[in-house]
Amino acid sequence: MPTVKKMMYVNRRAPHGTGYALEGLEVVLIGTAFEQEVCMAFIGDGVYQIMQGQDTRAAGMKNFSPTYKALGDYDVTRLYVEQESLSERGLSVDDLMPLTYEDEDDDWAEKPSVQVIVRKELSQIMAAQDVLFNF
Amino acid sequence: MAIELNGKTYETDEEGYLADLSQWDEEVANHMASEDDCELGDEHWEVINFLREYYEEYQIAPAVRILTKAIGKKMGKDKGNSKYLYSLFPYGPAKQACKYGGLPKPTGCV
Repeated sequence: MPTVKKMMYVNRRAPHGTGYALEGLEVVLIGTAFEQEVCMAFIGDGVYQIMQGQDTRAAGMKNFSPTYKALGDYDVTRLYVEQESLSERGLSVDDLMPLTYEDEDDDWAEKPSVQVIVRKELSQIMAAQDVLFNF
Repeated sequence: MAIELNGKTYETDEEGYLADLSQWDEEVANHMASEDDCELGDEHWEVINFLREYYEEYQIAPAVRILTKAIGKKMGKDKGNSKYLYSLFPYGPAKQACKYGGLPKPTGCV
């Protein structure tokens, strides 16, 4: 049996202006094919990636924010958002997309994927991972 | 590369996927299918239309295992399985149906 590793994708950058957010999201989606234990973290400007109501037309870039809604279908169900990063930017959980997944073990009940946690708690979860990917 | 059909030019990438999603129409879908010796019936269109709706909502074409699961949820287990989908699209349900649907190559098909 191949061992399943705990993997966390850490998103630190704003969604547009660089390719990190989109490329990172694609890596997550593609990587789910390997059936590892995957979660994501959004810290610093990374919290802007999952903000509601994005409109990229003026920037001439594709608005890929709806793609985060597909993460649940790909069994990525834990999206940790650092509370301090939100507060520092004057944001709250209500500014984020209400991302959800359907729990196969609970008659496909729809559950929230986003978990806002404080820095200390996030660092503990990070420490428990086998692999961290930074984007 | 490009497809010439009824006086229209459809730009494609090197694998035959449409370069511009907005150019898509049913004629080019039927043309692409006929090039693969495939005739599109209602059951094919059901999958193609599902993929187009999925893309509209999520801005990605789903990987085949996600497609299979989602079709099963929407249309029942007799359609949400690899055997049925491969019988319709022998070159790979997600890839082939995305191509005919004018969508990019699926994200997560390794």
